[in-house]
Amino acid sequence: MQNIKAIFKKEFRSYFNSPIAYIFITFFLAFSSWLFFRTFFISGQAEMRGFFGLMPWIFLFFIPAVTMKLWAEEKKIGTAEILMTLPIKDYEVVVGKFLASFGLLAVTALFSLTLPIAVIVLGDPDGGTIICGYIGLLLMGGAYLAIGLFASTITENQIIAFILGISACFVLLIIGEDIVLFSTPNWLFPIFSYLGLGVHYSSILRGVIDSRDIIYYLSIIGFFLYLSASAIESRKWR
Amino acid sequence: MIEVRELTKSYGPTLAVDRVSFDAKAGEVVGFIGPNGAGKTTTMRILTCYLTADAGNATVAGYDVLENPIDVRKNVGYLPESAPLYADMGVVEYLKFMAEVRDIPKSQRKERINKVIDICGLEGVIQKDIGELSKGYRQRVGLAQSLIHDPPILILDEPTSGLDPTQTIEIRNLIIEMGKEKLVLFSTHILPEVAATCSRILMINQGKIVANGTLEDLIEQVRSEEKIHLTIRGTEEEITPQLRELDGVTGVSHVKTDNGVVSYEITTSQEGYDASSKLFHAAQQNRWDLVELHHETIDLENIFLHFTTGISSDTPSNSIIIEEKDASEEE
Ligand SMILES: Nc1ncnc2c1ncn2[C@@H]1O[C@H](COP(=O)(O)OP(=O)(O)OP(=O)(O)O)[C@@H](O)[C@H]1O
Ligand SMILES: [Mg+2]
Repeated sequence: MQNIKAIFKKEFRSYFNSPIAYIFITFFLAFSSWLFFRTFFISGQAEMRGFFGLMPWIFLFFIPAVTMKLWAEEKKIGTAEILMTLPIKDYEVVVGKFLASFGLLAVTALFSLTLPIAVIVLGDPDGGTIICGYIGLLLMGGAYLAIGLFASTITENQIIAFILGISACFVLLIIGEDIVLFSTPNWLFPIFSYLGLGVHYSSILRGVIDSRDIIYYLSIIGFFLYLSASAIESRKWR
Repeated sequence: MIEVRELTKSYGPTLAVDRVSFDAKAGEVVGFIGPNGAGKTTTMRILTCYLTADAGNATVAGYDVLENPIDVRKNVGYLPESAPLYADMGVVEYLKFMAEVRDIPKSQRKERINKVIDICGLEGVIQKDIGELSKGYRQRVGLAQSLIHDPPILILDEPTSGLDPTQTIEIRNLIIEMGKEKLVLFSTHILPEVAATCSRILMINQGKIVANGTLEDLIEQVRSEEKIHLTIRGTEEEITPQLRELDGVTGVSHVKTDNGVVSYEITTSQEGYDASSKLFHAAQQNRWDLVELHHETIDLENIFLHFTTGISSDTPSNSIIIEEKDASEEE
């Protein structure tokens, strides 16, 4: 536990020691505010559906940018060699790093609370759906982060990690989209619609939090963190 | 403290470490030397549980590297080659992080950090980020990191590379100091450093241990290659046969003839000065006009070449290299 905390602190601080965190937060807020106010001025409605609805696509580009350096950089500059010869277990490193990136996401989400505040000021929203929306956003974001982290463990090139992260998230996202689902064979349909990254998020957005949706995201996170730890450990036998 | 048996590791088709075995105990400073690509770093990485060997086993501080990697790492301070560090962290911030992951109790962290700052001479740079440091200071931060938990075993991969002469001497003294109680295993390409600090030399070539012992042991092993340089006024045709006739002479190689002066490198079955004086007597008896006679003492360079190249260094070009290195060493 203490090791995870130490890794978390180091990584979280390193986000804010470099421009990454600031760029991420600024762009994310600018982008989502623009989307929000665009729907507001076009349809005249103060609501968050547009904002939440686009998140799976915004995350596709933003999240791999946050995770790409997590392990690739350690490998590239060789600091992995000190880190992995400390009395720390591989999974502790992975979990610490994941939590740090999740922390950044949570901080960003916190800043974005200005939007629901604007909604409350400008209109009369359903508070329940907004809270559900944020919970779904964090769960889905966690899944993207875990996938991005895994992409970062299999290469030492950050750009490749970024592209791999986007590709993996993209594939997992679109298999749950209607267009893809219409053309999948019947026997694959339930699997795809279950695995789709955005499917459970949309159901959370409707305002009901089903334990199955939570379990889905936690499993995705667990699975990719496990893969990341295995990828890190595989260095030993190469 | 370190016991290594038949350790073998290959990267794909490259055999990096080939059935390496050796022992080392507390109070020893073991110099790990060998040409580039010999397998030093790979061996160290296996001992620190960064890599896993394909075959063989190793115990470090009594723990098996495969079964108890965490216990092994607790007992080892490791400085990897070229001291990789986080450029965006401050020096103190980094040491704090290390103290935390090294499980140093909160109450002692400050004290330990100040201690290693003191030992490694980092007082002047505690305000800085690691990325702003010169190579030598970065190396020191790496060293500080390896010492922070006061480990019984230190494994240092080229700790003095990139340091200026003053810093090099400081680090050497530090190694000697540490070696009084701890086991220090360090690699280097600077041979005089090994002679100055090590109680034992471990030489590796193409993945195999080719020599293991004190400097005196190794000198003994290559004694037969001790050469005598002999220069006589005369002609090669006249002198070479006479030299070959001499009792105890095992090899005569003609180096050059210059203005009626011939130079030889001679190996004999006798040791050091005995052989020289024998040659001197022979010169007196044969009334040779002796211009020069000296015997070359064996040093680590000769030993290194002997074990790593298989060339018994009697080719002229080789001996020139040795002499150049000798000269630079004495500066
Ligand atoms: N990650 C790797 N992948 C493939 N081959 C490697 C890798 N690391 C080392 N090797 C090979 O293994 C052999 C031993 O390398 P190693 O780094 O252990 O040598 P070294 O003795 O430390 O050399 P140097 O003095 O140059 O540091 C070399 O042939 C090297 O090319
Ligand atoms: Mg090396």
